Amino acid sequence: MKVTLKVWRQIDSTAPGSFQLYPTPDLNPDMSFLEMLDVVNDELANRGEEPIAFAHDCREGICGTCGLTINGKPHGPGRGIATCQLYMRTFADGDTITVEPFRAKPFPVLKDLMVDRSAFDRIIQTGGFISVRTGSAPDGNALPISKIDADLAMDAAACIGCGACVAACKNASAMLFVSAKVSHLGLLPQGQPERHRRVARMVDQMDREGFGACTVTGSCEAVCPKNISLNFITRMNRDYAVALFKGE
Amino acid sequence: MNLDAKIPPGPLDQKWTKHLANIRLVAPNNKRKYRILVVGTGLAGASAAASLAELGYQVMALCFHDSARRAHSIAAQGGINAAKNYQNDGDSVWRLFHDTIKGGDFRARESNVHRLAEVSTSIIDQCVAQGVPFAREYGGLLANRSFGGAQVSRTFYARGQTGQQLLLGAYSALMRQVGLGAVRLLANTEMLDLVLVNGHAKGIVTRNLINGDIERHAADAVILATGGYGNVYNLSTYARGSNATAIWRAYRRGAAFANPCFTQIHPTCIPVSGDYQSKLTLMSESLRNDGRVWVPKKPGDRRPPGAIPEDERDYYLERKYPAYGNLAPRDISSRAAKQVCDEGRGVGESGLGVYLDFSDAIQRFGLSTIKERYGNLFDIYHEITNENAYEIPMRIFPAVHYTMGGLWVDYNLMSNIPGLFVLGEANFSDHGANRLGASALMQGLADGYFVIPYTIGDYLATLKPGGCPSSDSPDFASVENQIRGRTSRLLEIRGKHNVSYFHKELGRLLWDHCGMARTRAGIQKALEGIPRLRERFWREVNVPGEPGGINQSLEKAGRVADFLELGELMCLDALTREESCGCHFREEYQEAGECKRNDVEFAHVAAWEFRGDREQPVRHTEPLVYESVEMATRSYK
Repeated sequence: MKVTLKVWRQIDSTAPGSFQLYPTPDLNPDMSFLEMLDVVNDELANRGEEPIAFAHDCREGICGTCGLTINGKPHGPGRGIATCQLYMRTFADGDTITVEPFRAKPFPVLKDLMVDRSAFDRIIQTGGFISVRTGSAPDGNALPISKIDADLAMDAAACIGCGACVAACKNASAMLFVSAKVSHLGLLPQGQPERHRRVARMVDQMDREGFGACTVTGSCEAVCPKNISLNFITRMNRDYAVALFKGE
Repeated sequence: MNLDAKIPPGPLDQKWTKHLANIRLVAPNNKRKYRILVVGTGLAGASAAASLAELGYQVMALCFHDSARRAHSIAAQGGINAAKNYQNDGDSVWRLFHDTIKGGDFRARESNVHRLAEVSTSIIDQCVAQGVPFAREYGGLLANRSFGGAQVSRTFYARGQTGQQLLLGAYSALMRQVGLGAVRLLANTEMLDLVLVNGHAKGIVTRNLINGDIERHAADAVILATGGYGNVYNLSTYARGSNATAIWRAYRRGAAFANPCFTQIHPTCIPVSGDYQSKLTLMSESLRNDGRVWVPKKPGDRRPPGAIPEDERDYYLERKYPAYGNLAPRDISSRAAKQVCDEGRGVGESGLGVYLDFSDAIQRFGLSTIKERYGNLFDIYHEITNENAYEIPMRIFPAVHYTMGGLWVDYNLMSNIPGLFVLGEANFSDHGANRLGASALMQGLADGYFVIPYTIGDYLATLKPGGCPSSDSPDFASVENQIRGRTSRLLEIRGKHNVSYFHKELGRLLWDHCGMARTRAGIQKALEGIPRLRERFWREVNVPGEPGGINQSLEKAGRVADFLELGELMCLDALTREESCGCHFREEYQEAGECKRNDVEFAHVAAWEFRGDREQPVRHTEPLVYESVEMATRSYK
């Protein structure tokens, strides 16, 4: 199969960008989308042209590095997958595919398809942890945790921090990302002492980074590669309300 | 070259305790006067950086990823071992130690491995306290599963995402310290060289991957936690960015490289499907708890799996290794798979695959139980192959997965360069010639949380507080100039082949001749081919773009240039280790198809010393003395 790529090219964060067309060579439908980009890039490099910059690493959907907006949808047409888990068999021979970076004001474009997502790290720094010094932990079985709570915490903890939720949201809201961390830790007994302080600080930082408000359209959940549930946002709002009452 | 392992005297089970009582300490008010660089933020690096900052040291952590949360530890699926004996099945520190030593085919250091088993239990406690959502039983207690090479259930897990959850735990601890201002974190920063001042590791030179700036960083000690070098083979289960540059540059500055040929080939990966392929995907070893591995008995049997009756199937692991069955260790399972494929009994289009069949388990436990245990793995398999493994068996084949070799370290995890510490997969110390499943996570976190915070003090206490050299010194300037020179050289070649071309060629040479089975003639072929390829690389590679700004071609070129040197050292090591042990299977040395070790001549660590680009590296040895275990023939039959 062959496709035509309509790719966003931008030299750096200050330069204006534009779409460029790249016809691909003959492709195997079992290729991943990123492998297809490798093939296109290798041809560009052979000609001495600058390859298309895109972020990627593990290529198995867990590191959260990759993230392209493909045909207008973060991570492309699949459901519950990251860009690296998208295969060319999803597309038809002769398709024109539009490839853009994740679009959101708090994620400035660095080059071509790469964006700066360091805002997520700064949110975690304000409270996305349990304060436990190395070496001061009690026995792992000292505190039984109901399997139901542990499983739900794991559902939230599965977030890979890719930022697709932000890119999909018309307000560039980071509520799904933040609520996943708040819920993961808030569901566990170990997370209780800092529960309200955590949510207050993280939401505060989220606002400072310029992420927008949530209007519960659910576009974030629809593109999340780990199917993180919108329900966690409800849970976070509840915790946040309590935090406000407590004056955290 | 000084290879004194500094193993503490005394009985094995008291060495660590006694060592802790005897090593030097740095006073709390002096800790803030020492600067420590931590390169890499995977399990080992993040846990070390966070723990050292908690102690009060000035820590700077660096990673080439855009966030500290993305290191490839995150992809570990199956679990982490710990000698908790929560299952009451007879586990103990001794058993975990013994399984690991035996699993490594008696090529690891006894004292280090015993310490690893000792601290394993604290790791679980630490991670639970951080909020790692390990799998639990309905009673609320921690659940366990079994892994290869062990006859007890000691593996803790978080669905099929254990590495992710452990890394996010360590990352959150690190982020907390960053937020407190105790750690300065530089993301998008790649270490390109090590700086020595008077023979001590005192800093590094890095490239900022966003703006291209070459930067100098000085410190009192440098910790490398930069992972393994399996991407030397091009196709592997590693992340595409994983590379050997940090440890290779350290080797070129004098750090000994130990057992470079010890590379783990994991038995359960999704088979290669085409030349364009960029990586291989692992199917967790935990699948072998319930999946049965088989091939047709008849060579060339092309019938679909469902059409092959039970008595025409060869469940070869169960047949050959009845005591461990499908849970035979990785090296043995991989070799057995290669053997049946060499016999023409492999399955799938390429004939390079074996079945991993869940139909018995689904019948026994029901579909929902199997879905709960492995659902995400079956999903991954489906995405990649477009096949439903609940209905037809998975096809799997071995792939490069981990490197047991790495920089040589002593009991304190310090290399032979004073002040240079090496943690996790980047060092060589704990897994010998083969690593058991669920032991990599254990080692990374053991090194970072529970070893380095103590042992680094023993070195720092010998330095004057606040005596960190300035990065303006000529030692730093000279290294920086070399880096700049190399970068411009790469960009000026403008040859006819892209970087991937050379990486693929190197990978093929190594996979064919220094992979699952090795022969003298084959290794020699690779030893002729690699220098030729390297020479062509420096003449014919095309690295487009500029030195400034984001330049992924340049990043890749630097990494592949280092792989082209490392590959040769791996082959030299494989050639000179004239025995078979663990993953290192020299066809000349076998007994009934199994490894034939030569303990008289090779019960040692081979540590290589760099002597310059035009000279052969020198092979030094550290004898492995077993005081507590008997060096038995490793049998899983």
